[in-house]
Amino acid sequence: MTTRIVELRKGILKKNDELAAGLRANYSAAGVLVLNLVSSPGTGKTEFLEVTLREMKARGARVAALVGDLETDNDARRLAASGAPVRQINTHGICHLDAEMIGKHLDGWEGVALDGLDYLFIENVGNLVCPSSYDLGEGIRVALLSVTEGEDKPLKYPTLFNSADAAVITKMDLAGPCGFNRELALHNINEIRPGIRIFETSAKTGTGIDEWLAYLAEERASRSA
Amino acid sequence: MHELSIVASIVDTVTESVAAYPGARVVEVRLRVGALASVIEDSLQFCYGIATEGTPLEGSRLVVNILPVVVHCAACAADVELEGLQSFRCPCCGEPCSDLRQGRELEIEAIEIDEVEEAV
Repeated sequence: MTTRIVELRKGILKKNDELAAGLRANYSAAGVLVLNLVSSPGTGKTEFLEVTLREMKARGARVAALVGDLETDNDARRLAASGAPVRQINTHGICHLDAEMIGKHLDGWEGVALDGLDYLFIENVGNLVCPSSYDLGEGIRVALLSVTEGEDKPLKYPTLFNSADAAVITKMDLAGPCGFNRELALHNINEIRPGIRIFETSAKTGTGIDEWLAYLAEERASRSA
Repeated sequence: MHELSIVASIVDTVTESVAAYPGARVVEVRLRVGALASVIEDSLQFCYGIATEGTPLEGSRLVVNILPVVVHCAACAADVELEGLQSFRCPCCGEPCSDLRQGRELEIEAIEIDEVEEAV
């Protein structure tokens, strides 16, 4: 019997990373900006996305959304009211979306082709831990945080906030009644991800939505330049 | 919470790799896991025992080397190690650092196997 050490140096999520790289190349070739929206359950991702889709459609942008949940197609039906094509992904117990699920749902999506889109939004499963490990090939990862969740959420979940490209604070209309400490929340986000763009929004009142839409347009323009 | 799928992926990769050494027994699997990889060692160890049953990895040890977060500090012109995950600032000068150089790794570094020597 001899003992041997075999060097492997293999990424554990290599399969996902390879699929994500393929998706990223497809998105780029089609000129579509893809956003991966991640937050806890109850932050208001769906309502924020509803307003985003509706406003973007009103401005003539070609948008679509994939929405992940363990079960039900409630969110897809809600989002479809915006008039944008929406497809539900049910993970049946899996706590995150992965690149394979995205690829499968993009293939055979009736009436939707990447090169007919300007923006594709992916609403991840509500979870602040696992989605941070799974690249979906997105151009922008967005971490959302509502004023009802506590200003220290970024400190409690640094892995997600550190991997985000933009942060969105939702439900700003409730900031007063919740005693939300805005300065502290902004400080905490910046401690974990220095210099990140932060949007303070309310889907109910429309606060911050124009700034958010302008950011998306700028990002898309700079990437296709 | 996704540790079981991570362990399943480790089992697949190692099983493929040991196929090149017929009859070999896996003794140890060594991982490199960054502190920002969202993986908990206790959960990995718990899942490992279950997921390796009936595979060439059954009975092997899982060794998890946690790598600290390293960022590049532009002010110090150096890569610096963070002590924790609560502040992405240079521990030397206090400057915010967003340029991550290490911390998201999630890889199988090496495996140790016992090979059966062929009869001469």
